[in-house]
Amino acid sequence: MENKETYWSENIRIIFICLAIWFVVSFGFGLLLVEPLNAIQLGGYKLGFWFAQQGAIYSFLGLIFWYGHKMNVLDKKYAQESK
Amino acid sequence: MEELKLYTYIAVFGTFALYFAIAWWARAGSTSDFYVAGGGITPMQNGMAIGADWMSAASFISMAGLIAFLGYGGSVFLMGWTGGYVLLAMLLAPYMRKHGKFTVPEFIFDRYYSKTARIVAVVCLIIASITYIIGQMKGVGVAFSRFLEVDYGLGLGIGMFVVWVYAVLGGMKGITYTQIAQYVVMIFAYTIPAIFISFQLTGNPIPQLGLGSTLADGSGVYLLDKLDLVVTELGFKEYTTANLGGTLNMFAYTISLMIGTAGLPHVIMRFFTVPSVQAARQSAGYALVFIGLLYTVAPAVGAMARLNLMNTIEPVAGENLAYAERPQWFKDWEKTGLLKFEDKNGDGLIQYTSNKTDAPITITGSISGKEIVLLPNEMVKVDRDIMVLANPAIANLPNWVIALVAAGGLAAALSTAAGLLLAISSSISHDLMKGVLTPDLSEKNELLAGRIVMTIAILVSGYLGMNPPGFAAGTVALAFGLAASSIFPALMMGIFSKKMSGTAAVSGMCAGIGITMLYVFQHKGIMFIPGTSFLGDSGPNWFFGISPNAFGAVGALVNFATAFIVLQFTGPAPAHIQALVENMRAPGDAPAAHDH
Repeated sequence: MENKETYWSENIRIIFICLAIWFVVSFGFGLLLVEPLNAIQLGGYKLGFWFAQQGAIYSFLGLIFWYGHKMNVLDKKYAQESK
Repeated sequence: MEELKLYTYIAVFGTFALYFAIAWWARAGSTSDFYVAGGGITPMQNGMAIGADWMSAASFISMAGLIAFLGYGGSVFLMGWTGGYVLLAMLLAPYMRKHGKFTVPEFIFDRYYSKTARIVAVVCLIIASITYIIGQMKGVGVAFSRFLEVDYGLGLGIGMFVVWVYAVLGGMKGITYTQIAQYVVMIFAYTIPAIFISFQLTGNPIPQLGLGSTLADGSGVYLLDKLDLVVTELGFKEYTTANLGGTLNMFAYTISLMIGTAGLPHVIMRFFTVPSVQAARQSAGYALVFIGLLYTVAPAVGAMARLNLMNTIEPVAGENLAYAERPQWFKDWEKTGLLKFEDKNGDGLIQYTSNKTDAPITITGSISGKEIVLLPNEMVKVDRDIMVLANPAIANLPNWVIALVAAGGLAAALSTAAGLLLAISSSISHDLMKGVLTPDLSEKNELLAGRIVMTIAILVSGYLGMNPPGFAAGTVALAFGLAASSIFPALMMGIFSKKMSGTAAVSGMCAGIGITMLYVFQHKGIMFIPGTSFLGDSGPNWFFGISPNAFGAVGALVNFATAFIVLQFTGPAPAHIQALVENMRAPGDAPAAHDH
């Protein structure tokens, strides 16, 4: 029972980190901070514009795989403890 | 032209033959095959199938066109339609897979122990799916009539027949394997022209990099800077900063599309087809890989198509194309009525500017600072949807590339239609008939019922595609609004709030849908009938400037708030439901998706 609860709270913590990054790269860099970031160039891209049309998507991808990886590790840990 | 037609026939009917062969090989034998493909799909296969299921005619044909004309404002679609997968992977899919049932309404029924909740979910699902399907059917008809010059109705009929064969025969199993093939067709059709065009314009064949590169004309100017300059000189908004109705509207629009994506039942259903919870998380990642491949190319397609279009009409500033010398693609699209030219000043040249009046006006270029006289705009109609379809022709690409685009557009429309049809038929045969009306239905009869319902759904959507109701244009907004304001919050609270009760969740769902529909109808007309809107459809009348398409986010907030307030007054869910939620959250393997 205790196991289940720590597993869940660790899951929540990982989700929280992921969603914070999710918010920052899309709503933060792509929308709210787009003007100051546009002053910086990434090749021919304005940085804010790049986040909105490219960078956010790459970050989402990284987040989902990182989350999957973290949860697999967590799943293994708790599967062993319950044995 | 004849050669093009031959190639197009080969591409279109060759891919159809492939879909039939797959359908025969993967036909369904049980309800488990029919609803969840027997639960034996690998994460990568599932990711590809989700990609095809998700990317509709709208993603394939319309999105790059929208971006081409909205510029930076079009980012809401790119972020909104991909960010939802992060929410799916972390907040919904794994727990719903752990629970192990066939459909979304069934999950809602188990979690909220209420037939009312199940019926509300079925109704939301059917409205959202039917409205979505009309668009796919129209896409099929348009693709046939444009590329093969057959009658719109006949094209639609052929499309209906093809979907019928593999969806009714194969159920989820047939659909999944066909969608994998359709994804491959679609992604080649989308990226090959983009690679050609990116290479032509910038010398870099990778569109994502080409968009950030300098032009290949030796000027050393960045493509995006050039585009910004060209459009502002004609009085349009600067491409890379053009806003879409203000930051708050873009914010709400993006959230609505994200949670709408995460709440669309035909997408969620696909996560029930994999064998484990780990595989469900992984499929979301693979899905986004395959979707992202198209979505990161789309902004390049949009920007490059816009630049090519501008350059065709005005190759050098001040030297406009003569109407008599217009290229073949221009004439082809004029025939469809999607491109229209009126020689307002009678000079025989084409002026394409932002000036919608009948007299010249003088502006100051926002980048160059020069005084510019804008003649009245003579391109009275440039339909956004032609950008992807006309793009290969505008860039003078070989005929086989154009033929491939036709097959890709059809693959996009058919794969999404099939996924939606399955969501509709399962919600009727499994949730409404087996779950509520006739619980003693045998598996064999349920399978038969599923097939009959799907056939009826194909006929209904074909009819609606033939006679699109007046509200067809506004329906995608409605589908996303419904999913965002009703289904997503109900599912999320069901997993993350153990105490959430059935009464509270149903109140929340009704409040969320209610306010979203009210808002859409008050600005767009009741059932989108013109003249019945009681508040005007324009910026000043909108709530904090939030457009009706972006209102799903507000609907979702209302849903959450209502549910938690009602929960305070009516008491928490019973203990056995709380135990059920505990089990969803616990580590360990999921049972195979099953019936009861």
